Amino acid sequence: MKAVVTVLGKDRVGIIAGISKILADSNVNILDISQTTMQDVFTMTMLTEMADSDIVFSELSDKLEAEGTRMGLYVKIQHEDIFNSMHRI
Amino acid sequence: MLTKYEILETYKMIHEENLDIRTITMGISLRDCCHPDGDACRQRIYDKVMRCAQDLVKVGRDIEKEYGIPIINKRVSVTPIALVAESCADEDYIKFAQTLDKAAGELGIDFIGGFSALVHKGYTPGDRKLISSIPQALATTKKVCASVNVATTKAGINMDAVRQMGVVIKDAAGLTADVGGLACAKLVVFANAPEDNPFMAGAFHGTGEPDCEINVGISGPGVVKCALEKVKGTDFSTVADVIKKTAFKITRMGQLVAKEASKRLNVPFGIVDLSLAPTPAVGDSVAYILEEMGLEKCGTHGTIAALALLNDAVKKGGIMASSHVGGLSGAFIPVSEDAGMIAAVQQGALSIEKLEAMTCVCSVGLDMIVVPGDTTADTISAIIADEMAIGAVNNKTTAVRIIPAPGKVAGDVVEFGGLLGTGPVMSLNKYGSSEFIKRGGRIPAPIISLRN
Repeated sequence: MKAVVTVLGKDRVGIIAGISKILADSNVNILDISQTTMQDVFTMTMLTEMADSDIVFSELSDKLEAEGTRMGLYVKIQHEDIFNSMHRI
Repeated sequence: MLTKYEILETYKMIHEENLDIRTITMGISLRDCCHPDGDACRQRIYDKVMRCAQDLVKVGRDIEKEYGIPIINKRVSVTPIALVAESCADEDYIKFAQTLDKAAGELGIDFIGGFSALVHKGYTPGDRKLISSIPQALATTKKVCASVNVATTKAGINMDAVRQMGVVIKDAAGLTADVGGLACAKLVVFANAPEDNPFMAGAFHGTGEPDCEINVGISGPGVVKCALEKVKGTDFSTVADVIKKTAFKITRMGQLVAKEASKRLNVPFGIVDLSLAPTPAVGDSVAYILEEMGLEKCGTHGTIAALALLNDAVKKGGIMASSHVGGLSGAFIPVSEDAGMIAAVQQGALSIEKLEAMTCVCSVGLDMIVVPGDTTADTISAIIADEMAIGAVNNKTTAVRIIPAPGKVAGDVVEFGGLLGTGPVMSLNKYGSSEFIKRGGRIPAPIISLRN
């Protein structure tokens, strides 16, 4: 299943590294990344594939949120369907 | 591929604009719980509710987590208890309410609806017992909601029931005087009640519904208001278009959650209710949407036109987004639960007469209206009669949820707390209606009911 990781917050060193490491450690593949920094605000969205991962969704969600708290960012992983259902006919 | 803009739009809707799923409601049929012995009947009810809904709260939380969408309430609605309890010889049905309350407490849900009777044409003995039990039942339970349907377009209005409900509401208020008459906040009088409404206090599981089903109530007044802020000064076609598109997105979320909950609970999906339901939280108000459209204050001239547009556009946008739409599906105007409404009443902009007119174009009726404690039962009945007439003649659902707050006068404020909000006490017409209500009997069905 595909999931979307959203990261928002103040730009700092190590954001992409921090998030990617957690995903890689859980064998979650990053299919696509989009990232911008506007003034000081860092915005990143990643489309990920969880099919080959053994991790339980809620556990991965907790790890990412904890990493977000550590870095002072909003980090969330959500099933891609919530976006697909809202933005596609 | 999803664009970053779309992902951020969803993020904004949820985190800044109060987008949420207002409720997942599991409807459960208790028709197979009938039993001539009251205790056995109640045991069957308890067992069935516990068995069907045992995973409801957990599944709700799992979906919340995985999809990142807040699901505010998990609820249960049941077959109108009058139909089930009638099978036994008990003289009152208070213990049935207590059984439902016990189950609700153990399940961890926030309300259980269906302590109800359908009396639009007349009473059965079970209906009579249920209705007389309502004040005590609501005063001695926490999570039980009651409703009585007293009118339909096809049957007309049961004015005996209307007269009795005025008394029942006064009694319920009196028994809960120490909490501002709170029992009345859990009681709804209906015309044309829907069988699959997921919202409280009027939810019950109608007799045409399956054994068990999942119905979802969405919400998102804040999202609609924020969308309108981007199109200030544009014409009404544009306004309607923006609301439609926003309603589509909101409803799609409800549809997704409903389908997922249905799958995980192994229970059929019933409907998505497209209602825009406000909460007292800042930024979650229907009244503010109307003001964003250009009204200085909700309740001033133009309010009904604005609400008509809003209600219609929400339905048009939402219908495309869901495979099955039902329940109330329209804009809610509960006075105590909407920050903008509360302010409008307190500033003298919104009167009960305007609210009555607004109920002609939106889905709910006179909802969470607090009136002076010395309002007579007959006046309450007359207010109900007016609403029932609007519903019956216009072939729509209307309802009355009115609270005569003991000891309070117009201008006072009653704090109910939580989702039930803050009720400014509204003033009523000072002239009486007791001779009118005393007549009783039935107001015949309007001619439009003859559609064949």
